[in-house]
Amino acid sequence: MVAPTNEAELADVIAASKQAFSIKGGGTRTLGTTMGIPMETQALTGVELYDPGALTVVAKAGTSLDDLHSILAADHQRLAFEPPDLRALLGRDGLSTIGGVVAANASGPRRIQGGACRDYLLGVRFVDGTGRIVKNGGRVMKNVTGYDLVKLMAGSHGTLGVLSEVSLKVLPIPEQVGVLLIEGLRPDQAVSAMSMALGSPFDVTGAAHTTKGLDGDPVTMIRLEGFENSVRYRAEALRDKLIEFGDIHIETDAVKTAAGWAWVRDAAMHVGLPGDVWRISVAPKDGPVVAALLPDTEIQFDWGGGLLWARVPDGFDVRAALTGLKGHATRIKGAGTPQDPSVFAPESAPVAALTAGIRKQFDPKGLLNPGLMGAAPSRKEQ
Amino acid sequence: MEMPHPNKEVLENKARIVRRLQSVLSDGAVISDAVETRAYECDALTAYKCPPMAAVLPTSTQEVADVLRICHEENVPVVPRGSGTSLAGGALPTEDCVILGVARMNAVLDTDYENRTITVQSGRTNLSVTGAVEEDGFFYAPDPSSQLACAIAGNVAMNSGGAHCLKYGVTTNNLMGVVMVQMDGTVIELGGEYLDAPGLDLLGVICGSEGQLGVVTEATLRILHKPEGARPVLIGYDSNEVAGACVSDIIRAGVLPVAIEFMDRPCIRACEAFAGAGYPDCEALLIVEVEGSDAEIDAQLALIIEIARKHNPIEVREARDADEAGRIWLGRKSAFGAMGQINDYMCLDGTIPVSSLPYVLRRIEELSADYGLAVANVFHAGDGNMHPLILFDANKPGGLELCEALGADILKLCVEVGGCLTGEHGVGVEKRDLMLVQYTADDLEAQMSIKDVFDSKWLMNPAKVFPLSETEARRTGATLGH
Repeated sequence: MVAPTNEAELADVIAASKQAFSIKGGGTRTLGTTMGIPMETQALTGVELYDPGALTVVAKAGTSLDDLHSILAADHQRLAFEPPDLRALLGRDGLSTIGGVVAANASGPRRIQGGACRDYLLGVRFVDGTGRIVKNGGRVMKNVTGYDLVKLMAGSHGTLGVLSEVSLKVLPIPEQVGVLLIEGLRPDQAVSAMSMALGSPFDVTGAAHTTKGLDGDPVTMIRLEGFENSVRYRAEALRDKLIEFGDIHIETDAVKTAAGWAWVRDAAMHVGLPGDVWRISVAPKDGPVVAALLPDTEIQFDWGGGLLWARVPDGFDVRAALTGLKGHATRIKGAGTPQDPSVFAPESAPVAALTAGIRKQFDPKGLLNPGLMGAAPSRKEQ
Repeated sequence: MEMPHPNKEVLENKARIVRRLQSVLSDGAVISDAVETRAYECDALTAYKCPPMAAVLPTSTQEVADVLRICHEENVPVVPRGSGTSLAGGALPTEDCVILGVARMNAVLDTDYENRTITVQSGRTNLSVTGAVEEDGFFYAPDPSSQLACAIAGNVAMNSGGAHCLKYGVTTNNLMGVVMVQMDGTVIELGGEYLDAPGLDLLGVICGSEGQLGVVTEATLRILHKPEGARPVLIGYDSNEVAGACVSDIIRAGVLPVAIEFMDRPCIRACEAFAGAGYPDCEALLIVEVEGSDAEIDAQLALIIEIARKHNPIEVREARDADEAGRIWLGRKSAFGAMGQINDYMCLDGTIPVSSLPYVLRRIEELSADYGLAVANVFHAGDGNMHPLILFDANKPGGLELCEALGADILKLCVEVGGCLTGEHGVGVEKRDLMLVQYTADDLEAQMSIKDVFDSKWLMNPAKVFPLSETEARRTGATLGH
């Protein structure tokens, strides 16, 4: 196992290596399996800069998410993209790192309104597969200087480089959270209600539906955040707008609303149950179509219906069942037998060629998480 | 402005190349006459001009693919063009290039309120995207000042911003999918009405790649419901420092204004003389706009004013209705026109951390004195995106060069304090040679290696973004073995 303590050491280790690395931050959300020497970034820690008045934080990649949360919370700020905590779902322990969050572009319910991790990522420093140290972006919110490799690194799962430092935009924690709760809707009704809410002027920051809530019945949740009076006004206005969908309860208890959205964020309805778990991204109106094509199962819809967390029998090929629908599906949890469908969604031939080409540029020796995210660069091609 | 020498072979083959292009496009879609091509000799960076060898105006993705395949085979550089409003020379031609204009591709292909997306052909103008959905209460958020004219293709290429991106983000945050044609004619589709890429975020790389990776022919964009209302407050201060501190305090207080605009004294005076908006004569002026219902706006403005008063403003003027709001915005919106009235000017676009604002403004003042050129500052303070306007005399020998030298020094200052060369206009040819101020050779190599993958012959908009010395081997085919 290698665990570099600074960026220069990380660069040296990669430059000198002939063997591949299996890279992880805290290992709490790693998908798929990779061969190679385990490389951990947990020794690259520390907040380099925190400027609350500019809504900016810069941290070393191995900094734990918990540490970052507490530093920001002390100034009433937070990471607005709500990175999920998948430890319970995946049966992992350890501490999630901010580098791991970025590498997975891990984004929660607020993605539908405020954006994903990639939308808040202002800059990165990383070491590529040749040991070259690269920076891109910076610490300011508006930056179009050169190509945006920041977005490329977000969600690249360590296949293009090992992140050493990330710079993020943060946002103030709102004064009040209000959640509209509607019980008993079918998925198609729920998506209609959520579309109506998201298409309103009321700045909805979360819209989710589950076929089986904590008390066993379907429940639809629509979240509003902001100043207390404003949340009250918008919640009432939205309740009037959605009156056709039945009785609507408005929940403003801080503990209950936080727990409810953490439950959605972490796909907690599937924790500890048998079967494979898939994360499916489609157009919101296709959400109910997806649900109807899958085996009789319990499903959570987030992002207004566009993100589905589905639990299906072991080895079931969700992609095959959804052929013809636009979107993508990732197998988040599975038994891991060789005949299982791939973890990551395959790409069209020309896009796969671009991906392979970029990977070969950044990692010509095939050292970084080979086998992850489709094919690793073939040694023959060099 | 140094540009690469034209490829002689291409110029010699002009007749054949034009014939081949004509064979795949409809009548009148290929412009090769020396008089007519002059319409494409520059974009909004008018200091630099060069008529292209030809210009083509395709009407479909297939036609774009045919054009690019031919140019790829003939080794013709291609410069994609939206509406030609780039302030950075992004659409500046070379003598041997074909300008590929998307202006004839402006249809709305799909409007989907349930999914809150619109899919358009990329030649559609920014404002007419909103125009297609505003009757139903929706809008497309990124709003560059050229929005009446600029095309979505150019917005995607430059990752355009606007005054309201403090709340709504820039193009890349509102772009969900594209159909794009690569230089060799390959058509790819990325993203769509669903969120986030299945593999690498290639959509994120294409957005802001300044037309160097491919020609975007269709774009799927996020649309939002319009807010119930919006109103600004104007706050005047005696010093830039205090105005800067006020901006920070507003942001920290948890209010999320849609815009925080900042003007300094030279800019205030010019705008006042030009538009007579009734601005106070002070050192620094803030315009802060918030959105929501009437009551929500009142509450947010009250909080902002409470924060502003702690810094002893010399004036606070709250807009109580649309008319008063219009008057507050009048001066700001006429800033560029006001400057144009006084003199030739050059508009810079660096971004700085908001906390460095007072220091940067002081240094700009010193540099302005050193060069003997006046600088007026107007910018998006909430996100630190500055637009210093340097006034100069283009008719005076050496005037432009002196202005460019001051501009370069101001941009270096932006980088020095932790910011960047360009916040929303793009690098183009204008800031190409400053890239090594912000990035190391390795940083640029990583970016250029992306272009190697998308366009291995370096034919697409090849003389932009990177210093010519860094790209020469690639452009002339010395490194890639072709």
